[in-house]
Amino acid sequence: MKRQLPLLIVLVVGIFASVAFFIPHPIVRSVDEVFRNDVLRIIAAFSLVLGVGSILRHHFIKIKRKAEHWPFSYITLVALFVSAVIGLFGGIDPSRPGILPTQVGGFSFHIQTLFSNMMVPLAATMFALLAFFMASAAYRAFRARNFEATLLLVAAFILMLGAVPLTRIIIPPLPDFAEWILAVPNTAAKRGIQFGVSLGMFATSLKILLGIERGWLGGGGS
Amino acid sequence: MLTGLLAALALLAVTPPAGVSATDRPNDGGRAVIVTWTCSPDPVTGYRILRQPEGGEAWDTVGFTGPRLARFVDEGTPDGVSHRYRVLALTEGEPAESGPSGYAASRPQWFNTDYIPALIFTFIFAFFILYFVRQARRGAKLFIRRIAGLDAVEEAIGRATEMGRPILYVPGLSSIDDVATIASINILGEVAKRTAKFGTPLIVPNRDPIVYTVARETVKQSYTEAGRPDAFSQDMVFYVADQQFAYAAAVDGIMTREKPATNFLIGMFWAESLILAETGATSGAVQIAGTDAISQLPFFITACDYTLIGEELYAASAYLSREPVLLGAIKGQDYSKALILGLIIVGTLLAVAFGVPVIDLL
Repeated sequence: MKRQLPLLIVLVVGIFASVAFFIPHPIVRSVDEVFRNDVLRIIAAFSLVLGVGSILRHHFIKIKRKAEHWPFSYITLVALFVSAVIGLFGGIDPSRPGILPTQVGGFSFHIQTLFSNMMVPLAATMFALLAFFMASAAYRAFRARNFEATLLLVAAFILMLGAVPLTRIIIPPLPDFAEWILAVPNTAAKRGIQFGVSLGMFATSLKILLGIERGWLGGGGS
Repeated sequence: MLTGLLAALALLAVTPPAGVSATDRPNDGGRAVIVTWTCSPDPVTGYRILRQPEGGEAWDTVGFTGPRLARFVDEGTPDGVSHRYRVLALTEGEPAESGPSGYAASRPQWFNTDYIPALIFTFIFAFFILYFVRQARRGAKLFIRRIAGLDAVEEAIGRATEMGRPILYVPGLSSIDDVATIASINILGEVAKRTAKFGTPLIVPNRDPIVYTVARETVKQSYTEAGRPDAFSQDMVFYVADQQFAYAAAVDGIMTREKPATNFLIGMFWAESLILAETGATSGAVQIAGTDAISQLPFFITACDYTLIGEELYAASAYLSREPVLLGAIKGQDYSKALILGLIIVGTLLAVAFGVPVIDLL
């Protein structure tokens, strides 16, 4: 029963969702929307409780075992607790205050303020690291160790030169050639991969619908 | 004098739009009528579309179009109520009004005929896959080409075991409704069976709470199937953060602190792919990546030792488990791909050599 019920739900809902793709009627569409949005959100809400439980357990264990860098776990737990309390009771922003006093003079620490002034800059900092990682990855990729790497190096060199406005004056056909590389060989390869991906998705979905693939049930093989 | 004025006005008058027709928009969920007409041959500034319900008196304006457009979609009509339409050619002077169209009512449809080719190919692909699954069940020997990235899994787990270091498995950043995530969870199940067998520590950080619960159950089940339920720890699979870069920062931290011998980056990734892969590469880990996100593939190919490209991600769980039935599905995929390839070649030949409008036929 533990396995058959989820399989039955997947079969019924999966077949309904597949059939709904071909039916534009609002009755079918609205039921499909309920499954896609409402039901998924309800499940996500329950899972989030498990997720928060997982964070708490993970960091409590680290603190208890005095694992490496365990003091940072305190920071995580305090941040989790403070942001949860402010988020639940402190209001969203100065125009939508909560029951907690989250405004001291001109200084506001509502959840939206915390998000905009702490989370967003921290995320932007992580994202900015990408530029340096790109440089180091490019250095590794462009070492002409074999034929494929040499091809990559030459193609990248042409594309980079093609993107420079001065190249159109020095070597007039090069920008067009660079565009051709992007539009023809590159697109052809991408579409080839996309065909494979689409068929892979289709086959995986079919295997799950028919109960051939049961890894998602928590193992169990086929 | 008066005759001259009338003649001048007659010269200024424009020919009204002709042949106004109204039809229900096909293949939709209702509440839309398409109005078409033949444009006035005279210069006009645009057209105004008027609507009158059956049995009603008033003509209401429902929209405007430019001077070169001869089509208007009246969205928001009540289903099942008939309306007729008139089109006014707008000029600097008096507008010229067309005759009314016939009555038309919008209705929702129960089948989108535009998707008939998709439906046909769905049945063909399903037939191929189910046929080979059936063949595999009957014991037919199916050849599947070698995939280097998957052959390296055993070796990578063995290396981690010898070094006494953990294995990090990142199941992507997408939710469970992404097929790539489900494929990743299937691979995680096979990897977990091997780590259970070798007694190698496994770390699975998650970004999505639903994926976290599924991944935890999968790993737990794999440890049970491997005969090592005692080796499973709740702390192996854990939830980190929902924010993309917060998650990336946390995983980078794990790579730097725990120094895993092997990193699996398998599933759906976005901008964080290179941040994760480069950090892993600098930590000296063997990295096996797999994604169907085409824009992230170059980053993985550059920074990882092995990369599962596109469809290989979906073939991986079957390849690792060597389950004949799952291998049958891969064979079905291959035949479907061969069919697509054949159709592309035939279609190209027909279009180029014989001028057949292949795209329009589809």
